[in-house]
Amino acid sequence: MQGGMTGTLPELFRSWFASRGWAPRPHQLAVLAAARAGRSTLLIAPTGGGKTLAGFLPSLVELAEAPRPGLHTLYVSPLKALSADVARNLTAPVTEMALGISIETRSGDTTQERRRRQREMPPNMLLTTPESLAVLLSQPHAAEFFAPLRRVVIDEAHALAGTKRGDQLALCLARIAALAPGVHRIGLSATVAHRDAIRAYVAPDAEIIDVAGGAAPEISMILPEGRLPWSGHMGLFSAPEILARIRAARMTIVFVNTRAQAELMFQELWKLNDETLPIAIHHGSLEMVQRLRVEAAMSEGLLRAVVATSSLDLGIDWGGVDQVLQVGAPKGVSRLLQRVGRANHRMDEASRAILVPANRFEVLECEAAIAGVAANELDGDPPQPGGLDVLAQHLLGCACAAPFQADAMFAEITQAAPYADLTRRDFDDTLEFVENGGYALAAYETYRKLFRDSEGWLHVRSERVMRQHRMNIGTIVEAPTLKVRYAGRGQALGEIEEYFVNMLTPGDTFMFAGRLLRFIRLHETVVEVTDGGTGEPKVPAYAGGRMPMTTNLARRVRAMLNSPELWQDFPAPVREWLELQVSRSVMPGPDDLLVETFPRGDRWYLVAYCFEGRNAHQSLGMLVTRRMERFGLQPLGFVATDYVLGVWSAVEPTDVARLFEQDMLGEDLEAWMDDSSMLRRTFRTVAVIAGLIARHYPGMDKNRRQVTVNSDLIYDVLRKHQPDHILLRATRLDAARGLTDIGRIAEMLVRIDGRVRHQRLRRVSPLAVPVLLEIGRESVRTEGSDDALLEEAALIAEATTDAEPPPFRPRPVPAVHRANVARSKRSPQGRLFG
Amino acid sequence: MTAAPIHLAGERLMLDPTGALHWPAQRLLVVADLHFEKSTAAAARGQLLPPFDTRETLALLSGLIRKYGPRTLVALGDSFHDAKGPARLQPRDQASIAALAKQTNIVWVHGNHDPEAPDGLAGESTPEFRVGPLIFRHQASPGRVMGELSGHFHPKAHVAVRGTTLCRPCFVADGYRLMLPAIGAYTGGLDVRDGAIAGLFPRGGRVFLVGRERLYSFPLAAHRQARNAQAEPQLLGGP
Repeated sequence: MQGGMTGTLPELFRSWFASRGWAPRPHQLAVLAAARAGRSTLLIAPTGGGKTLAGFLPSLVELAEAPRPGLHTLYVSPLKALSADVARNLTAPVTEMALGISIETRSGDTTQERRRRQREMPPNMLLTTPESLAVLLSQPHAAEFFAPLRRVVIDEAHALAGTKRGDQLALCLARIAALAPGVHRIGLSATVAHRDAIRAYVAPDAEIIDVAGGAAPEISMILPEGRLPWSGHMGLFSAPEILARIRAARMTIVFVNTRAQAELMFQELWKLNDETLPIAIHHGSLEMVQRLRVEAAMSEGLLRAVVATSSLDLGIDWGGVDQVLQVGAPKGVSRLLQRVGRANHRMDEASRAILVPANRFEVLECEAAIAGVAANELDGDPPQPGGLDVLAQHLLGCACAAPFQADAMFAEITQAAPYADLTRRDFDDTLEFVENGGYALAAYETYRKLFRDSEGWLHVRSERVMRQHRMNIGTIVEAPTLKVRYAGRGQALGEIEEYFVNMLTPGDTFMFAGRLLRFIRLHETVVEVTDGGTGEPKVPAYAGGRMPMTTNLARRVRAMLNSPELWQDFPAPVREWLELQVSRSVMPGPDDLLVETFPRGDRWYLVAYCFEGRNAHQSLGMLVTRRMERFGLQPLGFVATDYVLGVWSAVEPTDVARLFEQDMLGEDLEAWMDDSSMLRRTFRTVAVIAGLIARHYPGMDKNRRQVTVNSDLIYDVLRKHQPDHILLRATRLDAARGLTDIGRIAEMLVRIDGRVRHQRLRRVSPLAVPVLLEIGRESVRTEGSDDALLEEAALIAEATTDAEPPPFRPRPVPAVHRANVARSKRSPQGRLFG
Repeated sequence: MTAAPIHLAGERLMLDPTGALHWPAQRLLVVADLHFEKSTAAAARGQLLPPFDTRETLALLSGLIRKYGPRTLVALGDSFHDAKGPARLQPRDQASIAALAKQTNIVWVHGNHDPEAPDGLAGESTPEFRVGPLIFRHQASPGRVMGELSGHFHPKAHVAVRGTTLCRPCFVADGYRLMLPAIGAYTGGLDVRDGAIAGLFPRGGRVFLVGRERLYSFPLAAHRQARNAQAEPQLLGGP
């Protein structure tokens, strides 16, 4: 190793640190020592620990000692804003010590001219994202470009591992390891639950350097003045208290759970904001320019508060943030810590955070989260095996750079941690899909994308295939959205989902980007709007906007319900509510499943206290209603919250234990899954990533509304004609791991076997009130009941319009599944306690 | 599956929930926009879609022919995704079409994707087709008509219900003309509120959304002003 004295900082660097009034931190020196010994490292540290500098220090030292041209260090982060920020921060030491190290960034925005320059004269350090790295690796000059590389720095490794972007990066790193043997890696990560999995992700032999703790965060809770809501998730009642907290701090981030909630909270705060404190809004659907403007204003300390979603969970440090508010349930300890860490980015000072629960159950969840933070009980699932769709994309990318042999490629791929257990069959089928679609019908010989030469090398068929592939690299697939813009080619505000636009008629008012907007018309791909508008505004919601509560938090909530001695510390309304439950029914036990049934109005209700999270409860709701139907209980609908499942039926449910028997996970589940919209959405993502459906074509007009092939149609046809096609297998794998929380249901059914406690009540119990209030607002329709909904809509249209009625047709006996079709809308606020 | 009756130019027609139309008096079955071999057309552009679409559409068609036993089958144009489509048919699919042609007279109306007679296929080929008071053409002709059946636009409609929207292919009718939904396995659609379709129904009309077992009918508002003036017809089935 060059340098000799491992871990000793060269004099030049020591005096630079001193000139800044800094001392190198022990973990920075530890990373340097490991790097000098040629070892990979995983640095786990809380935010504000000088992590990024630790990652770059070995490279700066090496290049200072032995300057040389060519690529030396590659830095990859999930955010391109982060790359730009890091590049800026590195410029200071590099120029002040006159190191003569060239640093450049590369992203989708990098100009053609700059790309060409980077190719001809590679910088010493290149800062980029997984997508841009994949594009670079698909170029014919990739081998030459990456050959001199010594080190890869992976920032926010915990945020990448286990995601499709993380899969893509892992594959790229395996490729790089083949192009530049001897490269070692430095992973930077926040504190995580599964550190060995993150280590494996970064490099199997990585040395873990763990910077313990920092100051423990101070987390408190505030409740709205007056009444504590029974249900609802927006937390708007607490706006006055939130505003008071904003007033008392320098700069606050008000974190919320969904974009719709962000819009509503922002409006609510401004209604009260008489002093016109500068309060902004930030979420993932807003136009990039707007988001950057907000971020810049934050850096300059011009704002007092930002209402934000997870769009601000990661990202650059805003030194000025001194307070974080979490409105609505925190959903998980790790997620809460991540958000809390956005305040006060100095390791040795405590971050301050305030939780603002929106309803009574959320009070319990907040209490559980505070206890979880104190116990440092991190949650989250370990990273899952890599997706086959990402593999397909990667294989074509590799072929675009240079021909390869299948055996060598398989060996290389299994070096990537997410693909360590990849079977040869899955690899071969994925490769065949890339070659010719992998269909049982050999229709595509003439259109194959890859061909094998006589020695078994795989080549790309044409320039066009390469061009199209490079345009479609990336693993982020969003729901179809449309741009929102002021009429007359005015300012662009962001994007909303197409399905929401379809619900608007000209003249409707909706809330977006913190404004009240009036829908004028849809013009090609643009939703044209003006300011203002009257009437009740609609708020765009986004698919998959909500995260389920983690298992750890659920367990803590359940434990709290069973520890009356803890209730003394709860707010009075919550304490009284729990005591009332004990007197009217019972508390859900730590290991059993409490199921309450009671009549109300003309129907029967069944409430199961599963505490497995909203996604799991939705799947469970489907399965239970199917079963109820078979038992002749005539289920009418169900609603799922994070805590409970509520089902209503025409017939009283008896023999409740049978409804929750383990065997429900068999055929019922598979039949339902295959036809569910969840699987269709998953298929769409898989099909786009794998390259079955191209998002971009060479020469495509981006401003035109392109009618691409509907993935649902393809899904149906493929399922019928080749049910074991690799993309369908990839879809089911994706769905099985985490997307539906089937695992959580399965575990629960095993746990509660023989422990179902049925409480037959005369009326609704206090604990059941919140879920009953969700009915009508939240009840989700059942897959397969679309036709029932259409029938309902047609009936309403018939009754409310003047047009001639539809022609008479004899009605088939409705054998349609009616779960989730709420029939009547009773006022939910009424007299639930009789 | 329950078909719904509708009257056009005094003739009683049955709308089938699959998106086909049957004229019992003439034993004539009508389908629009089959777009055979769309998958192979996409494959040539680098999208290797599952090559089962023609097979799937043909299966639907044979089902309809079994159900109605028509004397004539009118395909309202864009029966092939492009002019070279017939040459790309799998032998098995070619045989299926030949078998259909033995059971019924096929009339291939020309479409913009297939402006000429399909090569080597049985049946009659014509730019337009008339029977009694009804005229069958690919694209609706603007202005006043009586008794016109057409396809081309792949109409679909959105229905807002319970906080969500459902979207289905649909028939559009106003007593003067009737537009059929596309029936091909991979065919997308154009919203009926789009000026290109709504402009053809200035007095409004009804839409009939296809469903699993039956059709669902809704009024179509009178067309006020071009909501989206020029839609590009060639966008409909992909270039």
